[in-house]
Amino acid sequence: MVKTSVARDDNKKNSSDETVVVSMEHVNKWFGQFHVLRDINLRVVKGERIVVCGPSGSGKSTLIRCLNRLEKHQDGDINVHGIELNNDVKNIDEIRREVGMVFQHFNLFPHLSIIENCMLAPIWVRKTPRAEAEEIAMHFLTRVKIPEQALKYPGQLSGGQQQRVAIARALCMQPQLMLFDEPTSALDPEMIKEVLDTMVELAEDGMTMICVTHEMGFARKVADRVIFMDEGQIIEQNEPEAFFNNPQSDRTKLFLSQILGH
Amino acid sequence: MVSNGTRKERATATNNESAFIRQEDAPILPPPITSAGVAGWLNDNIFASMLDFSTLGAAVKSILMAIFTAFVAYIFFDQVYGLLDFAIFSAVWQDPEEQKRQVCWTIEQGGKLPNGWHGACWPYIIAKTKFILYGAYPNESLWRVNSTYLLGAILLVWVMIDRLPYRKLVGAVLLTIYPIFATVMLTGGGFGLSQFSVGVNTIIGLALISLGRAGKMGWITGPFLDLSKMAGVAGWFFIFFAAALVSVGVDFDLSKVDTRDWGGLLITLVVATTAIVVSLPLGILLALGRRSSLPVARTLSIIFIEFWRGVPLITVLFMASVMIPLFMPEGVNFDSLLRALIGVTLWQSAYMAEVIRGGLQAIDKGQYEGADAVGLSYWQSMRLIILPQALTRVLPGIVNTIISVFKDTSLVSIVGLFDLLGATQATIADAAWSTPVQASTGYLVVALIFFVFCFGMSRYSMYIERKLDRGH
Ligand SMILES: Nc1ncnc2c1ncn2[C@@H]1O[C@H](COP(=O)(O)OP(=O)(O)OP(=O)(O)O)[C@@H](O)[C@H]1O
Ligand SMILES: [Mg+2]
Repeated sequence: MVKTSVARDDNKKNSSDETVVVSMEHVNKWFGQFHVLRDINLRVVKGERIVVCGPSGSGKSTLIRCLNRLEKHQDGDINVHGIELNNDVKNIDEIRREVGMVFQHFNLFPHLSIIENCMLAPIWVRKTPRAEAEEIAMHFLTRVKIPEQALKYPGQLSGGQQQRVAIARALCMQPQLMLFDEPTSALDPEMIKEVLDTMVELAEDGMTMICVTHEMGFARKVADRVIFMDEGQIIEQNEPEAFFNNPQSDRTKLFLSQILGH
Repeated sequence: MVSNGTRKERATATNNESAFIRQEDAPILPPPITSAGVAGWLNDNIFASMLDFSTLGAAVKSILMAIFTAFVAYIFFDQVYGLLDFAIFSAVWQDPEEQKRQVCWTIEQGGKLPNGWHGACWPYIIAKTKFILYGAYPNESLWRVNSTYLLGAILLVWVMIDRLPYRKLVGAVLLTIYPIFATVMLTGGGFGLSQFSVGVNTIIGLALISLGRAGKMGWITGPFLDLSKMAGVAGWFFIFFAAALVSVGVDFDLSKVDTRDWGGLLITLVVATTAIVVSLPLGILLALGRRSSLPVARTLSIIFIEFWRGVPLITVLFMASVMIPLFMPEGVNFDSLLRALIGVTLWQSAYMAEVIRGGLQAIDKGQYEGADAVGLSYWQSMRLIILPQALTRVLPGIVNTIISVFKDTSLVSIVGLFDLLGATQATIADAAWSTPVQASTGYLVVALIFFVFCFGMSRYSMYIERKLDRGH
């Protein structure tokens, strides 16, 4: 699916001054009686690309949504970009400024044009002057290869284009970390590639990324680590080659055989 | 070889239905005549349904359709002609000899018009125009009402025309300075300056604004930050209120006109615009409050909305005129127009809130999440993302409530205010113009005026809907 293989700069992981972007320690979360996240421990350093996979309902979305407080964890510690994620609104706002998110259904603002979608947060959250925000927006729209659509509205774009706008919108805040929640699973097959290509380029530029995705080609080529979740727990994590070629847990084997089997 | 192959393909195409390869493009043709132009429209919409005689059933259907169409057309033209005949062709337009009611009397009734005559008596309306439009407002002060109208109309049109500059500024003037101006002009102002209440409002206002500033400077943190922001906004309201108190307090040397002398269209417009303009922001706040995660805000909003929605407007008006005075200290005379205004406005806000809440509910959860994820605050995401979409969606509902409150203002006549309908009814009771067509003429005028306003609002909202349509 993905054409280029990303040069992994392993020095990032091993370098002495590695900055921890995300750390989750003993994180637990319940929906009512249902224990969705069970003792999650995760450390992501700057520049790392993580792919999270696992069967439906295993808590992948919930996990990454806890990182920017779209969901609230009830137990354990989450640190993002050195800021503790607690009930303090100021901390939450600060974290959200540093964390970009791309959703399965794009969640673009349909009443705003493409460029306005991209300029909104810089102007209102970062207090960037309008002209500068416009420049930033055009820069990232060019990077996702749709500068010519800037004045259209989201409803006039194809799914793949909308998702690329969503990526650009998140990038306009110049975040330290990008979260992707199944960015390609609402797209028609011929549009998946354009979105994955954009994500690969982003990875090549050294963006720290956590992607929930079932695109195993993408995982093989881009990920530094693949995390397998089931029933709210991290079952297995490993480098992609080892993960795909030599899975340890039975559940991972079963899952891989199901998604790669046909 | 090539032609051979082509022939083969053709052969297969004819033999085998499912395999087909187009050899030539189908021609691009103009649309059939019947579906274009006036003739096409008539054919499509009227005659097409009655020209099918291919079978017995179709023939019966066509004939029935023709009869039905003729019947509807007859009723329609008969009614329209009846109205035009009454209002224009048969109407009496002038009263040169100042005969008053006799000018609209038939011979039988002692006048000069032919027996069986039926038409509008416009001289009566002309004589009563001032009362229908302004009630008992003193003649020498009418210029004040008219200039208030004129200024209001200019500002409103300015805001409505997209191409004009400074629309936001004009809109702000329309919502802040204009109401004060209108109050002073219409009442005459000069209610007396209470230095105490002006002072108190100014001090509270300044204190709240400083609190808001402190929040902005970062001196206030945590859960109180939001409160300090709200305090900053509330502070400006107090300052505005103090300014309003000063403006209506200062004596501009205009003669005072008691609201009891106001009447006719003036009352209707004052009550309707106040109710509409205040109920929209209040309704938005109530709707947000009802969906808020703060229990206090939610409970208060629910109580407010359910209370006002559970009571008929007539009851609200009676309560306002009978009960509010009971709670007032002895000697304080609460203006009856103001009481009705408050009653209608709060009642309308509850309805507006529910319409807007409908719009909020229709917004996809992803929009809230998208706004949260890019770091917008609650109020930012409401103002920039959620409300623009919610309000656009329920625009027809909002306009519906606005039109309906515009018409409901007639109910204020039961608490002794002479609105457009009440004032007209009062003129109908005038024996000097007593004729059999007096009531019909009067009500026709009331209906026309209401129709012009309501239809205008309806058309404007359709224009806005088209303008805001983003093709999704
Ligand atoms: N708001 C909620 N309230 C209650 N239960 C929820 C809520 N959101 C998710 N769940 C449940 O939590 C579990 C984990 O959900 P989550 O969306 O994280 O799964 P997922 O791994 O992303 O699955 P998928 O691949 O289908 O997106 C599911 O069983 C889901 O039904
Ligand atoms: Mg999910």
